[in-house]
Formats: sequence, structure tokens, C-alpha cells
Amino acid sequence: MDVITDNLGLYADGLLGTLTICGLVAVAALLLGVVLAGFRVSPVPPLRAVGTAYVTLVRNCPLTIVLFAFAFGLPEVGINGSYFAFGVTGLTVYTAAFVCEAVRSGIGAVETGQAEAARSIGLTFGQSLRLVILPQAIRAVIPPLGNVGIAMVKNSAIVGAFGVGGELYSVASTLNGARGEPALPVYAGVVIGYLVIVIPAGLLVLAAEKRLRVAR
Amino acid sequence: MSRSVLYDAPGPRGRRRIAVASVVAGVVLVGLAVLAVRRLAANGQFDGSRWSPLFNPGDEDFADLWRLLGGGLVHTLTAAALAMSLSLLLGVLIATTRISAARWYRWAVVGMVELLRGVPVVIAIFFAAQVLPVHGLKLPPLWYIVIGLTAYNSVVISEIVRAGILAVPKGQRDAAAALGLTRGQTLRIVLLPQAFRSMLPALISQLVVILKDTSLGAFISYEELLRRALIAIQTLHNPIQTYLVIGGIFILINYLVTRLATYLEARLSGRRARPSVPAEDLATG
Repeated sequence: MDVITDNLGLYADGLLGTLTICGLVAVAALLLGVVLAGFRVSPVPPLRAVGTAYVTLVRNCPLTIVLFAFAFGLPEVGINGSYFAFGVTGLTVYTAAFVCEAVRSGIGAVETGQAEAARSIGLTFGQSLRLVILPQAIRAVIPPLGNVGIAMVKNSAIVGAFGVGGELYSVASTLNGARGEPALPVYAGVVIGYLVIVIPAGLLVLAAEKRLRVAR
Repeated sequence: MSRSVLYDAPGPRGRRRIAVASVVAGVVLVGLAVLAVRRLAANGQFDGSRWSPLFNPGDEDFADLWRLLGGGLVHTLTAAALAMSLSLLLGVLIATTRISAARWYRWAVVGMVELLRGVPVVIAIFFAAQVLPVHGLKLPPLWYIVIGLTAYNSVVISEIVRAGILAVPKGQRDAAAALGLTRGQTLRIVLLPQAFRSMLPALISQLVVILKDTSLGAFISYEELLRRALIAIQTLHNPIQTYLVIGGIFILINYLVTRLATYLEARLSGRRARPSVPAEDLATG
């Protein structure tokens, strides 16, 4: 286990790198996913079709292929960028589909009667959305969104395996692959790095789930 | 979604607005599509030489290419089938242990489940591929994929199975006990068959996840579909077209599998044993 303690700095940098990727992707995927969910529940048929097509295509395609297609497909049409940019974009595009579904199912979980009641006591569309529907929808959305976030953290390892560098996975390839340190402790360290993020996040989701549960 | 919580059924004015919005959205979408096509065309992406090896049976490379990709698909499906069967087997074992084991032992199982659930699949696969050979277990790459996928998915499936068993009405267990069945018999004859039906949709959804994750084999030179595609691209120089085709293959298979899960969910929800684990909710990426 000396490998881990000797290279604590490297692991810490890796953890930071993973968190950076995840932070960027979380913000971007949340924005894109909410827009897509808006498309999917909108009354405008073409937008609904776009939302549905996006989710169906992206959710069923392996993230690995999405990443390869971004990194080696886009330069073919003259769009160049760093692996980091392509990795973050690819993971965002992928995660947004799952965010969209979580948000959509949250909106769907609000009973129609709630909106009808809001309208019948004379609330305007804005008021009923702001005061009645969204508070309940957000409650229903947070736990599944948390799970999507955890999946995203784990998927960031695929971005790492892709050769982005500076994140947790690349620590393993540096120590084990380039410096020839023994594989077992090196990988154990990487696994601990991910668990440090994922387990507290999981507990947080569980706590949120308990707190936000409503009797329906 | 014909009825939404968000708005009433539109009246005449609402319908007009929707029509206008549809036209605007349609124009914007067509505009974007035209831009994309022009960009592709400007970079020669519609040249016949890039497409014909994939789609024209008369092309000299067609047969070789599809033999290569077809073999890759077989490898992909092999890895997925092995990982799925092993995960299911281990998952049932873990779930039943967790339900029936002694307290101290149960903690060990729970700990292992939580630990493995937090490990990214790609790390599990690399772990298998890098660590096992060092410690004397040299296997063909297929087995590293299968081991990595099984390590992760068996605990995920064990959670599905556990939820399924716990969702069987308590009276069933009591009735089995009253008949004098042992715990093992109760589990095998009474609980698991009923649980299995309710968790079938969730299990099928997990199959999609496994199938998608087999593409990680490309990183450890297991020649599955993606790896074979990368090999093909090196000689044919048509990455966009090839990724489109293999992405399409994955999407088609997974779409059909997902439809099957949804269909089964709809069919089974009519019966008493409701799916305790909805198919859609588990797939988080």
C-alpha cells in the first residue's frame, strides 16, 4: 500500500480532476436535460419529437461510442478540440438524456388533480406552475437526479480511459502503466478515490429520498 | 403525452399558437439539418467511397468489412450473454444470502454490495485485466470483460432480486412456513418464482446496460463490435459513417430490448404481482 501513500498528491490531483470533469458535465447536462424535458412535455409536436428522438437514440448508444464519435468524427468535419473538450461534451450529451428522463418522470409524478385544483381556485398558469406543480415536481426529481449524478461520476472514468488525463483513472495508467508500480494497490487507490465521491453522494441521495418522500 | 399536468386541452387560440410554434420549430430544425448536411458535404462526407463499403454489396470491401463487424457483434453478444447469466446467478445468490444470513455475515454482504456498486465498470474491467494476470490468472480478454461486468452487475441485480423478494406478499411466506417448507424450499418454490415475474422488466433493462458496457472491451483489446470498427476505420478512413452504423446497431438492439421490457411491464402489471422495480427507473446511465 506504499504506492498509495507515496503518491497521495497524484491521487488528490486525480480526484480533483474527476471532480472538475463531473462539475462541468453536471451543470451542462442539467441545463441541456431540463431543456430536453421541456421539449418532451411541450404542446408543440416537433419539439416533442426532437426530445423523444434524442432520448431514444442517446440512451441506447454506449457512452464509449458517443465519445469515440465525438473525438474522431467531429475533426472529420473540421471541428477540432482537445480530448478534454470532446470528453466533457460527449459525457454531457450522454448524461443529458438521463437527466431529461428523470425530470420528465418527476413532472409526470405530479397528479393532474393538483393542476386542476390550482386552476379551479383561480391561479394563473405562472402561479400554478410556481406554487403548486414545480415544488412537487422538484421533490420527485431530486432523488432520481442524484442517481443520474452518481452514474455520471462513474461514467467519467470512461472519459478518463479515453486518455483525457489528470483525473482518477489516469492515475492508474500513470502509476501502473508508465511507472510499472504493482497493479493491485494502484487500482485499489483509484477505487477508493471513486468511493470517496460515490458513497457520500449515495447517502445524500438516500437522505434526500427519505426527507422528500410525500404521502400521495 | 396527450394529457399533461402543465396545461389544459388547448382552445382555438391555443391551437393556433401551437400551430405557429410548430411551424417555427420545424423551420429551425430543417435549417439546422441543412447546415449539418452542408457541413458534411463540404468535408466530403457524402463521397461514395466512404459509404459503399458499408452499404453497397458490390463494393470490394463490403464482404470483408461485414465479416469483420459481424464477428465483432458475435463477440459483443457473447460477452453480454455470459456476463448477464453469471450476474443473474450471483445476483440471486447474493440477494438470498443477504435476506437469510446471520447478522454479522449480512453486514459483510451489504458492505461488499455497497463497495462494488460504487466502482465504475470500466475500472472493474481494467482491474480484472491488469491485476489478475499479475497474480497468475492469465485469461483471454473476453473473461476480463465478463469478470468486470459481472462484479458490478451481479450486485446491481442482487438489489433488484432483493426488492423483488421483499415485494412478495408476506402471507406467501407465512403460508409456506405453515406448510412446513424449510427456508430454502420457501425461497426456491414460493418466493423466487413470484419475485422473478415482478422483476423481469428491471432485469431486462439491466441487460441493456450490460450490452452497452461490453463496448468497454475496446479499451482492453477484446475484439467486440467497437474494437472491430476501429480496426476497419484504420484502412477505410470513414469514422463518421462507421460510428453511425455501429451506433445504429447498438441503438436498434437496445431499443427492441427496452420495448420488450416495457411490454412485459404492461402485461405483468395487470396481475397481482406488480413489478416492484420499474424498468425505466433503474437505468441511470
